Amino acid sequence: MAEAKRARPVPTPETQHYWDGAKAGELRLQKCDACAKTYFPPRPFCPGCGSRKVSVVKASGKGKLYSYVIHHRPAPGFTPPYAIAVVELDEGPRLMTNIVECEQTPEALQLDMKLEVTFEKLDDDISLPLFKPAKG
Amino acid sequence: MRRNQVAVVGAAETTRLGVIPDMSQMQLHADAALNAIEDAGLKISDIDGVATAVETPQQIAHYLGITSTWVDGTSVGGCSFMLHVRHAAAAIEAGLCKTVLITHAESGKSNIGRTPRMIGPDSFNGQFELPYGVTTPASMFPIPVLRYMKTHGITHEQIAMVAVVQREWAAKNPRATMKTPITVEDVLNSRMIAYPFRILQCCLVTDGGGALILTSAERAKDFKKPVYILGTGESVETPMVSQMETFDSSRAFRTAGPLAFREAGITHKDIDHVMIYDAFAHLPLYGLGDLGFMPHSETGKFIADGHTRPGGKLPVNTNGGGLSYMHSGMYGMYALQESVRQMRGIAPAQVKDAKISVCHGVGGMFAASGTIIFTNQT
Ligand SMILES: [Zn+2]
Repeated sequence: MAEAKRARPVPTPETQHYWDGAKAGELRLQKCDACAKTYFPPRPFCPGCGSRKVSVVKASGKGKLYSYVIHHRPAPGFTPPYAIAVVELDEGPRLMTNIVECEQTPEALQLDMKLEVTFEKLDDDISLPLFKPAKG
Repeated sequence: MRRNQVAVVGAAETTRLGVIPDMSQMQLHADAALNAIEDAGLKISDIDGVATAVETPQQIAHYLGITSTWVDGTSVGGCSFMLHVRHAAAAIEAGLCKTVLITHAESGKSNIGRTPRMIGPDSFNGQFELPYGVTTPASMFPIPVLRYMKTHGITHEQIAMVAVVQREWAAKNPRATMKTPITVEDVLNSRMIAYPFRILQCCLVTDGGGALILTSAERAKDFKKPVYILGTGESVETPMVSQMETFDSSRAFRTAGPLAFREAGITHKDIDHVMIYDAFAHLPLYGLGDLGFMPHSETGKFIADGHTRPGGKLPVNTNGGGLSYMHSGMYGMYALQESVRQMRGIAPAQVKDAKISVCHGVGGMFAASGTIIFTNQT
């Protein structure tokens, strides 16, 4: 029996640039040309002011650990216990992620610790942004 | 909305709560609805408005044999029924219908005839949350907790006390699922589900249902013990817990709650009884803070000091709550039922001389919120 895999995201036309970016090893956000708000999740207008004049921007990939749980129940593609985290990017938006290259314990996972993006290839089309403790 | 124009004149839960393997979800709806209609002393033919969540109003109307002139299928999670009360009150006042039935039922434990709730892999949740291993509400709802604790200086012991206090209330309630007393140590030594939360800080999973009958205050005078709707509020924020504006507070809570207080024209000192939907142990803290009872930084200490327990100055979740009474999946209806019982003076753990009750619900993972303020005074 094939090992169960984690849920695979399916892009829509409005989110394709995000997943194309992840595939290319880039974390892509959107920024409003009118009010300068940087936002996530992807949509072709600014959720701050409604302007349709928005640009795709490459994020620094740096952020800090905003909050998390350490899930102890089974889930397809995961070996419990594993952390489900929310990272606050330096650009402002927050996104859900997993923390890799780090013990999945309350001691190792300190709120506000610095994180940086890394990518896990799920298949030829989808790579998933994950975060690891920042070096230095 | 104007105060005291609409009243609850019928309220009932399913005949049984807990594990009900011999009834489908639709039949649980019907059992609750028939009990509530009987409680009101009405007939099915008296009902001209139908509201429900997850199932559609047409399913309920057809199953029960109701001809309706108004329906509400608002389905925003466990607080949908608070929103139904608000919408029904407005509809009755506007003359769209005269007598509204609001039903909830969920075969949450036995899973019989349950309407599936699917998350598409191309939805926002499917693309940006599901791949990170979120499964049940227990893997999502507690995600904000550690940030809340750090910002407001809340301790693990204080949040554990929520479960301890609610078990004290449940012990007074013959219909409660869990009645054995527990201690903070028991909570903090119970099985880990999603750190920082352990099993005793997570809601039960049961079968059951409940229903309410609302009509105009004018007509309500002819019914026994009408419970009036003094104030209402509602809001939604985001279906994605990761996209909340902040984890220090719930925007949906702090929009809906104060709206209801303003509409009711009351202050916190006027409140005798509070229900705050407790799918997980942190929700009463968020509720007390966001509804303005006290700053968030004082919520943990307030509960740990025993002010919400039996005999305390602010009785909260007096049926035992989702943690100890029952939780079929959409608990808001049971919180409403307990507020109505308290206002009728018939609750198993009755708060003496209670005149005003606040009932605050959550939908999804802080995705939605509804607040209803009830009174037994005209
Ligand atoms: Zn903008």
